[in-house]
Amino acid sequence: MTEEQTTITMEKDELLGAVSDFHSQGYRLAQICCTALGDTIEINYSFDKEYRFKNLRLSIRPDEEIQSISIIYWSAFTYENEMSELFGVKIRNIVVDYKGHFYRTAVATPFVAPEPDAGNATEKE
Amino acid sequence: MSQRNVIPFGPQHPVLPEPIHLDLVTEDETVIEAIPSIGFVHRGLEKLVEKKDYQDFVYVAERICGICSFMHGMTYCQAVEEIMEIAVPERALYLRTVWAELSRIHSHLMWLGLAADAFGFESLFMNCWRLREGILDIIEATTGGRVIFGSCKIGGVRRDIDDETMKGIVEKLGTIGAEIGRTTDVFLNDYSVQHRLKGIGVLSGEEAHALGTVGPVLRASGVAMDARKIDYAAYRNLKFEPVVEKAGDCHARCRVRVREIFQSVDLIGQAARKMPGGEIFVKVTGAPNGEFFSRVEQPRGEVIYYVKANGTKNLQRFRVRTPTFANLPAMVKMLEGASIADVPNIILTIDPCISCVER
Amino acid sequence: MFFKKSPWIIHYDATSCNGCDIEVVASLTPMYDLERFGIVNTGNPKHADIFVVTGAVNESSRMVVKNIYDQMPNPKVVVAVGICATSGGVFRECYNVLGGVDKVIPVDVYVPGCAARPESIIDGIITALDILERRLVEFRKAKSEARRQEKKLRRYHLND
Repeated sequence: MTEEQTTITMEKDELLGAVSDFHSQGYRLAQICCTALGDTIEINYSFDKEYRFKNLRLSIRPDEEIQSISIIYWSAFTYENEMSELFGVKIRNIVVDYKGHFYRTAVATPFVAPEPDAGNATEKE
Repeated sequence: MSQRNVIPFGPQHPVLPEPIHLDLVTEDETVIEAIPSIGFVHRGLEKLVEKKDYQDFVYVAERICGICSFMHGMTYCQAVEEIMEIAVPERALYLRTVWAELSRIHSHLMWLGLAADAFGFESLFMNCWRLREGILDIIEATTGGRVIFGSCKIGGVRRDIDDETMKGIVEKLGTIGAEIGRTTDVFLNDYSVQHRLKGIGVLSGEEAHALGTVGPVLRASGVAMDARKIDYAAYRNLKFEPVVEKAGDCHARCRVRVREIFQSVDLIGQAARKMPGGEIFVKVTGAPNGEFFSRVEQPRGEVIYYVKANGTKNLQRFRVRTPTFANLPAMVKMLEGASIADVPNIILTIDPCISCVER
Repeated sequence: MFFKKSPWIIHYDATSCNGCDIEVVASLTPMYDLERFGIVNTGNPKHADIFVVTGAVNESSRMVVKNIYDQMPNPKVVVAVGICATSGGVFRECYNVLGGVDKVIPVDVYVPGCAARPESIIDGIITALDILERRLVEFRKAKSEARRQEKKLRRYHLND
């Protein structure tokens, strides 16, 4: 292992509290990442302070709505727009909301769409 | 109260070799607000892991970006190696370090050239790119490729550099280094360069930290954060300190990159001296199961790879957070209040790599 | 016929990984020096004769590529640099990639390679020069023919 990576699992309602805790401790927002796992979507909020890597993990259902953390970390708006566009995660109150015009993909929410490429691949040939 | 205009910038713009679009809301000559819109290079290659074997995916990872291609391959390999708990041979780690540092030198020289082009110093641009060819020659001689190296694989590296060649590389870097020094003196001392870059696009240390910036942009604002200090590859055995500048303006970012070139030359020298013998790869069988966030310092800053695997040949999720993606919010903040004439300079000083951002 | 002695190129990155873009610019710099053929890189489509496209085409860049092509004056040629611009390359199967540049605009020269080497880029552009020259001859012929027809028509009108 090159580095320790701690992951803290939490609930949807604890999100803003936990993130503001990190903010007040002087952590830097390293990244936000989304993973589609069948019927749940896993969201990782990663923070870094002096090379210590911490991870907040949140599991939600695809139709659940979460709060934006861009009121705490302004720079989160790029990640959150990406999530709502590629994974269809509903996020409330993003500071700069592109409303689906961030990437403008050929397929809507390509990472969760059911078998999005099966139809497309044949069309392309 | 003057009138507000919206000036479109890009996607096809003479200053940028890559497409990014900005809507600049201006009042007279001053930018009030900048709204970036991306998606011109979005390919969706993260989704490709579901179709490709995890070992073959190294090739795709290398093609995320053609400038730091080796480092993308390396970060991906590190992530998979961590999950599978593979002990990579020491010599392979040193070789990776050498190639990574060579990529950094060529990327920074390229950036210096593009920056010179952005403020209209054509001969300086040409000179930087001429020097860069010297570095590319070394890369081509050792890996066979100028842009895509293809020398990194899971479990080690594909090609070895013998000691004689390594000595030659260090010698050649010495002579190129002296030439680079003469050219970079222009960036550091020339009056007109300073006139264009000093006091432009100032980002304070607190702001840079709050906006989550990484790499030279963060270090130019006085924050010593260099992901190489995480001690991946052979960096744990090499001596270096993150290059830090205080001013936080465009010229400081330029100075950071200039100094990093020489730091990289020094690191390659150290690595050449300390490089142990032995195998350059271990055979990898099976499939990964687990997850890891792999972090590497690229020329543009810290890159984060998230790999999640479930024990099959295809990964479950692969995600790249590239340094330029993290620096975009800072760019937007810096553009607010800047003059229209300085917009290209400010955009260029974050060293945007759009194909990284959009993947 | 000196058109091919000073053609200007415009470069656009459709969805390239940067590798080919950098090589296109590298072929214009002192080591490879495309400028010895009188070729200058321009940022304005209305000044350009040769359109160098790198990378496959995606949903957003499709319109931009088409726009730049339409804005260039006739005669013009298109050079697709790199394997992505030719067929989509490794990214062929990605959901957002439509395929090679020829899905959107007619391509005259394909330069293979990942990334295409400066030597092959230069070779491709020199090949494009001959096509450009041929187009110019055809273009002039068509133009003078059109002018003759117009004159003829005008004469008829005068006689009426």
